[in-house]
Amino acid sequence: MEQFAPLRRKKDGQPVRYLVVDDSVFARKNLGKMIETFGGEVAGEAPDGLAAITEYGRVLPDMVLMDITMPQMEGIEAAEKILQKHSDARIVMVSSVGYQENIVAALQRGARHFVQKPVKADVLYEVVKYVMGDDVAVAAIAPDSIADGAHA
Amino acid sequence: MKMELIQPFINAADAVLGQSLRCRTSVGEVLMAEDTYQRSGIAAQIGFTGDIEGRIIIDLAPATAAYLASALAGTEISAGDDMAKEAVLELANQVIGNAVTTLNNQGFRFKVLPPEVHLSTQGLSASRDTEALLMSFDTCGGTVFMNIAMRYTSQDEHAAVGA
Repeated sequence: MEQFAPLRRKKDGQPVRYLVVDDSVFARKNLGKMIETFGGEVAGEAPDGLAAITEYGRVLPDMVLMDITMPQMEGIEAAEKILQKHSDARIVMVSSVGYQENIVAALQRGARHFVQKPVKADVLYEVVKYVMGDDVAVAAIAPDSIADGAHA
Repeated sequence: MKMELIQPFINAADAVLGQSLRCRTSVGEVLMAEDTYQRSGIAAQIGFTGDIEGRIIIDLAPATAAYLASALAGTEISAGDDMAKEAVLELANQVIGNAVTTLNNQGFRFKVLPPEVHLSTQGLSASRDTEALLMSFDTCGGTVFMNIAMRYTSQDEHAAVGA
């Protein structure tokens, strides 16, 4: 998988910590692999919106990647509930259902961005950089990574 | 079954398969399904409700599912691995999600239900007001079957959006 210039938290230089929420084990693992290529860390996973609320409070991630269509509780409602308790939560919706109403509903409830599946790593990387804003720094790439074709 | 309803599913399957497998795909057989659906491998079923309701089944031979899972995960996955099943579920989810996005932008309103693995040898059959279409996609990893059954829930509303 393509390697990207690592994203580090500006405050302490540590990897960006993610909570990955998706009812598909496969999607969670796939996003986890992309996060690794961004130099990030999967702090927690949840298979539905209800579990995501609990898991958010436990791991307090820097960013949440949240599916929309899930059992128990859908992603948009979970995002709203997380933001009621943690107004600074950075939540990016990641879904194959990308019509305008869904996107608007998610953004109105406080989600910061929307990425449509199938997820392209370079698109997600740019969204993470954008949403993290001034709280993230792009670390230098190791010379051997550049030789391997790392994404600047 | 109206072509304007089917085409978004064909386009979505073609695009998602092409991107996931990183190879060219082509549409193989296209048949109207008169009998109940016969599963041939690992099958995922997703239902949807709204202006149009129905379901699609994405069905892959175990070896094809393993090929897909390996391509998506970037690591070798065997046909017996649960990840192969998970990959088929995710593929179905992405196909229907992309198709529904297109149809929604045309004025149809949907709710997509969570996917489930289809384990019985027979699925939903076509009925008086539900037609089913069986089609296949030829890919570098093998054949992918898609069975679509859907019906309008309101002919009047459909006419109103001019689809």
